[in-house]
This record gives sequence, structure tokens and C-alpha cells, in this order.
Amino acid sequence: MLRAFASFAATIALTQMVHAADTGSEAVSSFELDNGMQVVVIEDHRAPVVQQMVWYRAGSADEPPGSSGVAHFLEHLLFKATDTMAAGEFSATVAANGGQDNAFTSYDYTAYFQRVAADRLNLMMQMEADRMVNLRLTEDVIAPERNVILEERNQRTGNNPRALFNEQMSAVQYYNSRYGSPVIGWRHEMEALELDDALGFYRTYYAPNNAILVVAGDVDPAAVRDMAQQTYGAIPANADLPPRERAQEPPQRAARRLTFSDARVAQPSVSRSYLAPERDSGAQDKAAALTLLAEILGGGTTSVLAEKLQFDETVAVYTGAFYNGTTLDDTSFDLVVIPAEGVSLEQAETALDKALADFIETGVDPEQLDRIKLQMRAAQIYARDNVNGLANRYGSALAVGLSIDDVQDWPDIVQAVTGEDIIAAARAVLRPEASVTGWLMREPEVSQ
Amino acid sequence: MKHLIAALCLTFLALPAWAEVEIDEITSPQGITAWLVEEHEIPFTALELRFRGGMSLDPADKRGAVYLMTGLLEEGAGDMDAREYARALESVAASVGYDANDDYVSISARFLTENRDEAVALLRQAIHDPRFDPQAIERVRAQVLSGLASDLKNPNAIASNTFSQMAFGDHPYGSDGKGSIESVGALTRDDLLAAHDAVFARDRLYVGAVGDIDAEELGKLVDDLLADLPATGAPMPPPAEVRIDGGTTVVEFDTPQSVAVFGQQGMARDDPDFFAAYILNQILGGGSFESRLMQEVREKRGLTYGVYTYLAPRDLAALYMGGVASANDRIAQAVTVIRDEWAKMAENGVTQDELDKAKTYLTGAYPLRFDGNAPIADIMVGMQMEGLPIDYIATRNDMINAVTLDEVNRVAAELLHPENLHFVVVGKPEGLQDAVTQ
Repeated sequence: MLRAFASFAATIALTQMVHAADTGSEAVSSFELDNGMQVVVIEDHRAPVVQQMVWYRAGSADEPPGSSGVAHFLEHLLFKATDTMAAGEFSATVAANGGQDNAFTSYDYTAYFQRVAADRLNLMMQMEADRMVNLRLTEDVIAPERNVILEERNQRTGNNPRALFNEQMSAVQYYNSRYGSPVIGWRHEMEALELDDALGFYRTYYAPNNAILVVAGDVDPAAVRDMAQQTYGAIPANADLPPRERAQEPPQRAARRLTFSDARVAQPSVSRSYLAPERDSGAQDKAAALTLLAEILGGGTTSVLAEKLQFDETVAVYTGAFYNGTTLDDTSFDLVVIPAEGVSLEQAETALDKALADFIETGVDPEQLDRIKLQMRAAQIYARDNVNGLANRYGSALAVGLSIDDVQDWPDIVQAVTGEDIIAAARAVLRPEASVTGWLMREPEVSQ
Repeated sequence: MKHLIAALCLTFLALPAWAEVEIDEITSPQGITAWLVEEHEIPFTALELRFRGGMSLDPADKRGAVYLMTGLLEEGAGDMDAREYARALESVAASVGYDANDDYVSISARFLTENRDEAVALLRQAIHDPRFDPQAIERVRAQVLSGLASDLKNPNAIASNTFSQMAFGDHPYGSDGKGSIESVGALTRDDLLAAHDAVFARDRLYVGAVGDIDAEELGKLVDDLLADLPATGAPMPPPAEVRIDGGTTVVEFDTPQSVAVFGQQGMARDDPDFFAAYILNQILGGGSFESRLMQEVREKRGLTYGVYTYLAPRDLAALYMGGVASANDRIAQAVTVIRDEWAKMAENGVTQDELDKAKTYLTGAYPLRFDGNAPIADIMVGMQMEGLPIDYIATRNDMINAVTLDEVNRVAAELLHPENLHFVVVGKPEGLQDAVTQ
């Protein structure tokens, strides 16, 4: 949920299938301040530029019931006044230093970042530390900013039937987990968000012992440590930070179905999701197998679903498989099929189920697995060209309880996955009785 | 606050050290020019190729041919069908992106040093010897048609296609280069071969490479890859006349939020006033939170999540464009505020303070663009297409800083024509005065 014109983190999660981290090649150091704030420094000296990110371990799934959207609303409000800065002065100061800034909210975290010439880092740290605890929200900024987030919801969701459908899919997938509510919030709850809701979330979660600082670019780790100690280090830890214990999803014991119709739908489609385990610190094997499973099933022209539904038969114009294991709680494994002209949703769904069953029966093509693993090794080289991507990788992982070691071990864990592991993961997750199936339609059709 | 002010004053004095992007122009043994930045830290190379003309080279009755042809380049080449080709590319862990727009077809590749020759050989086959197999044509055609069907129900696509049609009429810029459901449905394999001949030629080629490669290696690479292309391709289309006039057009569409695209005549990239216009745009609606439109429409009134403007100097015409989206009962107010700001800017121009801040932002943000091999390759090819000198990067900020307040305000008066600013609004807007419903 970026503050302006960019993709929605929760949507990105669906398209980012590959999380091949670098091992050894990137220069990463880390330390902790006395107040508990974790710091990661990623060096890249090719250009005199730095990105600062502060990640809070608080996202929409941490919101109090009935206040969906407050994490994201607060993210917007963090650009308003503090004790020493006027509303809007934060971004104005970044701009006046030739920098760019923004922020985003997801289910498990909220993050703020600036990209700026490396010699401006200290100022960025001063300002970011300032708004961690000195925000001074006033009633007059609440109403206009609430209208802004309502327009943001219109733009992302209200105007997009596929987004409305995906919101319903999540609501049906997650009966108990807060992942069932949209990051941006349900409209009726957003309309009721007030100053106190935002302040309550701020006072509970915005503290150095609930934050991760990631600095990436042309910096010296020792200098970063000094600056971080002087800025963030001066803020006391919040002794009342609540433990992060959230409602968990129970085992799914019955298949669930939904249909969604909207006259604005141009391309009907079938979506399928299954509850799936996420990456856990020290136990990432299952997530690694599911990451490869998503690639094997839906990673483009050479994938199993493309092969069976787009090449061998013309059932679909598009197939995809998505898994994002970088979450705090149980996540989902998702499949999408857009049927070819003249193919019904029912036929597409039947073909999808047959393809999955055949795949589990036949097993993994070892050559395909080798090619995917090779590409993931290459991705580690390409990733070094994008230091901001590396910053996101570390920040998001640490925000969901993984460690730096977990991030750095991940590529080797992925490489060690066997075809048998992947089939075992597929059998465990792709169970018809634990599935959610959704039809996105132009108009109500007589089904079955 | 005191400590922050002190820090600010200090930092204003020390402008960021310049990102050193050292570009070499090389000429291959067979006479192909390429721009190169050697960067040996990471063992891969980003290669950007562009062919001028793009989707505007379509014959009038073959709209969508270049787009579909471009989409088929990776769908089988030489003796490999689509799947065999894809597997071969995966086996060398290279990635290649193909894209087409109104002004060029681009090929963006990255490949590892360890198997560069194999990757380039595969790319060569895609460029020179694509198969255009009937099954592949039908598969990709179905994907394009699926996208076109979606565009017909997407308010953003409806707005921008409607605006283009009104601005450019029958010129290629006046219609969607992806074609229409009718035109794409009628394309034949021969049309795709003709589109291939039209696009891929040496007289319209631009090359940039960044990464783990030296001048000699790059010279050999571009010769292997490109020297056998024909000397000439299809003639370029004529310039387009911007025919849109003032007013508001409404396209009725049942959706909660109206989407508006607005614009007027713009400014060519080689106009001596381009930098003044560029700064002017930054202040009016250039996408940052500090722009007048963001302040007036979003920050003060909460009418939108985003409002922006941009100069669109394309090869054959220049527009000055913008966009906004607001709930159906609020879009009229957003349109009024934008029109007022447009007029105010034309009449009164900008302040010295706004100019100074815009310059600081633009000059400081410039180095942030050069943040990887692929983005740098992309920028270098853009520079070549725009006819900029090879040392442009080092001089660009000086040119921004040299623009005076008088220049910006003269350009504001000359460029901005509130009476010619046209809005296309898609949705069910309420209270738009004098709008023509289409």
C-alpha cells in the first residue's frame, strides 16, 4: 500500500515467486542498538547513493478487530506534523535534498524509505527517528487524508473487479487469520477511522524495539552505526510492546467455493487457493519446496500448467502459480487459469484439477528442476545489481521473524530441494478438501 | 527543529558527488555504433537494443502487426519450437524482454559472462530467424485479444485510447498500437513477416551495453548479433498534428471512481526551451508531493490518491499530459481545481522559491536513476535516440541549473493553454458542466 502511485505490496507478493537470496556475494553486516533496534547494512559502492528503510513489525494483520485499514492510514499520517516538523515537511525536505521517499504497508509490516545522495543519510535518519515517536496528529488532517485513502481504495479495488474478487477470495480462505481482511481496509471500517485509532496503533507499535533499519548503498557500516546510535539509539525501547500473538487459521476441513460477477469483467477466470506453510526461522524446507513448486507449475512457457493447458490442449490463454512464503503466519498457494475462447470456467477448472493430479502422479521432470535451480543461482548474480531489491529482501524477512542467517541460507536450502520433496509438498498442500475455488464472471452463470 | 535546520544548511552547500557513468562509444568492425559502460564488478551484461519506428510502422489496415510480431519473437526460432526455445534460454539462465511502443521496438537482455556466447546465439536466432509457427501465432494472438478485451472494460485504457483518438485521428498515434479485436483477428503470417522486415534494420538501430564486457568483446557481439540485418526498413510515418481542443468529454462507464486523462499540445525534446518546460512541469504536477496539483487536489482537499502531469515528447508529436481519478461525485471538483491551477500557472508562472526547490530536487534525483546495469543501458539508448551527446549526463544538471525564472515564466505563458486543455473522463461523473458525452 504505497503512499503514491506504485504497486500494492500484497499484490506484488503474488507475482514475486522467486526469492533466491544471495550468499556471500553481497556485503551485508548487521548489529543491534541497545534499545533493541535491529540494523542491517548492505554495501554497494558503485554509485554515491543510499536507500534508508525503516520496517515496523506491524501491518494490517496486527490491527484491532473493527479497525481494518488503520495500519495503512497511519502510514499516510506519518507524513504529517511532528513536534519539530510541519505537515508535509518530511517529504519536502527529502525533495529539497534531491531525494525520493515513500512508504508501504502489507499484512505483516509497514515500511518507510528514502533514496538520496549518500552524504544526506544522517539527515534522513534524524527525520525518520523523529517521526518514530514525535508525531503530533491533529484533527484537521484526519478528514482529508481519510478521503485520500478512500480514493486509493477506489483506485486499487473499487474500480477493479479482479481486485474485488481477490479480496473475496482471501476473505474465504482465511476464516480466522487477519489475512482475510484487505490491507487497505474494508470500506465501512475505513470510513470510521478516527484520530484515536491511528494514535493507538502508533503508540503500540512504533518503537525502536519493534523496528528494523536497513541501509543499502554507498555507506560504511561503522559510520552507519554511529549515526544510528545518535538518532534511533536515543529513543527508549517501548517496554509495553505486546507479544506478536495473532489469531491463527484452523485446519481447513471442507472445500470452499465462491462466484463473483461484475459487468466490468472482460476475462472470466478460475482462481484456486490452498492454505500453505510459510518460511519459519530455522525451518524453511517446506517453503523452499513450495517456492519451487510454484515455478514448476506456473513459471512461464515451460511450466507444467502452460504445457498441459496452453500447449498440449488449448484450454487457457494464461496460467499462473504463486507462492509467497515470507509471511508471519500461514500463507496461501494460489493458482489462476484464464480460459481460452469457448472454454467454460467449469471445463477450465476440471482441466486444472486433472493437470495437478497428473503432475503429482508423474512427478517432477528432473531437467525442468535443474533449469529452475540454475536460473535461481543466476538470479543471485543478477540480484547484486539491484541493491534496493536486496534491502527489501532483508527487511521483509526480518519483519516476519526470520534472521539474517535464514535469508542467507535460503538459496542453499532451495538448491537442496529434491523432486520428491516437491511432490510431498504438493500432496500436503494441494488437497481438494482443503481448497478454495473462485469463479470470476461477467454475469451470473448457471453453474454445473 | 534547530538541529535539523543546521543540517539542512550544510547539506545544501554540498551537492551530491556526481555518479560517475563513463560512457564509451564504440564502432564494431562492421560499422555498428554502440555505447558502452564497462562495469566488471558483477559477472553479467545488460544489453539494450532499440529499433526506431515501433508500432507506428503498421500499415493502416494492419494495426497490431508489429505488436503481435514482437510478442512472437521468443515463441520459436531456427529449428526450435516455442517450448524448445524457452528451455534453451532457461538453460543459459539469460533473460530477454521484448517490447513495442509507438516509437520503437526494444529488446532488453541480460546474460551471464560464463555463457555469453550461447545466450547471444539464442538471441540472434530470435531476431533473425523467428519461426512464426501457426500454432504459436494463434496462441499469442489469443493472448493479445484477451488483453484487448480487458482494455475495453478498463477505465484507464478507455480514457487514454479516447484521448489519443481525439488528439491524432487517423495517424498511427491516434489508435492503440496493439490493434483492435477486428484488426488483430485478421492478421496473417505474411503480415507478421512484413512487420519483421519493417522493424529490424540497421538504419534505425540503437545499442547500449553495461556490464562485464569490454569494447572489443562488445564489437564482436554486436556484429554477430546485428551486422547481417538489412540496411533499411520501412519508411517512418509523417509527423502527427495535435488536433485536440479544449473541453471535456465523458465516456459513460459504470464504475465508482471516474478516471480522467487530460492534455494539450506539448513541447519537442529538442526545443531550446525543453528544460524550462521540464522544470515547469515538475512544479505544476511532476509527480512529487510538492507539486501544486498534489498539494491542491490531494493534500488540501483529499479529492484523489494521485494527480500527475508529464511532458510526452514523442518522435512524431509532443503532448503535455496528465491524469487524476476521483469518486464520481468528486471528479468535477478535481477537474475544476486542475483547470484553475493550469490557468494560474499560465498567467502568473512560478516563484523563485519554487524554481530553486525544483532545481534542487531534479538535480539531486538525477543520479538516483543510474542504479543498475539495466537502467543505465536503457538510459544510454534513450540518449542516442534523442540525439543527445555522449557527455550529456555530466552536463545535464548544469543545464537545469542554468534555467532562469524569466525563462520558466515565459514558457509557462507560451506552453500552457488552459482554453485548449481537454479532459476525457471515464465513469459516471456528476456535475461536469458543458461536458460532451461520447
